[in-house]
Amino acid sequence: MSRKTKDRKLTKTDGFDPARRSFLGAMATAAGVTLAPGVILYGITKSSPANARALDSAASSDVRWGMLIDLNRCDNGCDDCVSACAKENGLRGFGRPETDAQWIRKVDIKNPDTGYSKSLPVMCQHCEEPPCVDVCPTGASFKRADGIVLVDKHTCIGCRYCMMACPYKARSFVHEVLEDQKSYAPRGKGTVESCTLCVHRIDADQQPACVEACSDTGGGAMLFGDLNDPGSEIATRVAKYASQQIRADLGLNPGIRYRNL
Amino acid sequence: MKLRRTSIGMLAIMLVCLSSLANVVYAQDSVNMDAGVPLPAIPMGQGDSCVKDTDFMRRNHMDLLKHQRDETLLKGLRGEQYSLKECISCHAVYGPDATPLTVASPEHFCRSCHDYAAVSIDCFQCHASRPESGDLPAGHQPGSTFPTTATVNGSQ
Repeated sequence: MSRKTKDRKLTKTDGFDPARRSFLGAMATAAGVTLAPGVILYGITKSSPANARALDSAASSDVRWGMLIDLNRCDNGCDDCVSACAKENGLRGFGRPETDAQWIRKVDIKNPDTGYSKSLPVMCQHCEEPPCVDVCPTGASFKRADGIVLVDKHTCIGCRYCMMACPYKARSFVHEVLEDQKSYAPRGKGTVESCTLCVHRIDADQQPACVEACSDTGGGAMLFGDLNDPGSEIATRVAKYASQQIRADLGLNPGIRYRNL
Repeated sequence: MKLRRTSIGMLAIMLVCLSSLANVVYAQDSVNMDAGVPLPAIPMGQGDSCVKDTDFMRRNHMDLLKHQRDETLLKGLRGEQYSLKECISCHAVYGPDATPLTVASPEHFCRSCHDYAAVSIDCFQCHASRPESGDLPAGHQPGSTFPTTATVNGSQ
């Protein structure tokens, strides 16, 4: 009898349910409002990408950084985003493609029945519900308030659970001793790393390096901006045109969206 | 008999204390001592002064850096006064070929003292231990009069 009850309990809690989590979150918020009567929020002014956040103010959850990549403008042979990322963040290969750091890569897909093919840049998808953060035993893998998923290498022990948990294969492990890293992108042996969405550039009110390279020399396929700001170009385009997330079925709500996939 | 032995012992201890005190005084006067405890040769930093005075920095630099790293990484605060990048660019030591030395060299600013104090530092497993050419302070001329060395009792 007890065995049966146990089994039922297991199936109940089995699997991840973002809806349940957000419901609990909403309940907590509602409780907070009841606990503090008389406090009314009149409306929150949201900062737009053009409105640089002051250097001494922390990243805010009013902002959700995201990217919209139009694959009709992304050429098969072009890898300007990949080389711009490597240059910006000081990524160097060691002639070992299996383990060399890779923050962004071009993935070519083809429908074998029709022969229809596409090439898409894939990097950390900066999920709203990042599985890498869920599995991290030390709290090194974390999501910043503005939706950027990062690794705190001060606490990363290099266990690589996050690499296994990530459905996008977005993370790399550093196998070699490194020297002369970029001052804004510290990285070292024994830690895991991935696309930071060029967080140092975002904090300085600039676009990520891949987006800049794509508009300068590539096809201008990548658009970066604040998904939470209804006035931003990315939010308008996402509202107007159909866009897709990779493996949307997982319910992780990535901040990177694709058009014409 | 017993009392006399005790007093001789006391005298010996006092003598040892006095001689070590003399050593300390001697150390303050001279950099290169022939005898006694050797002191670390700490390269001078660039500019007039550090972000805080030398005594404070000697004792608290690690706390400033640790506080700063958490603020920057976790919250994205980048306007703070202290940063490892600034330390590295002001305290860079230049080799004979006028390029900044990495932490692999015992003359590196951080190593000169950390080696002496036998405290290992992990910072440079991930952070660059020398500045990029773009990170150098304004007006700095690599390979000129810099670096000079100072003792623990020097100004910097």
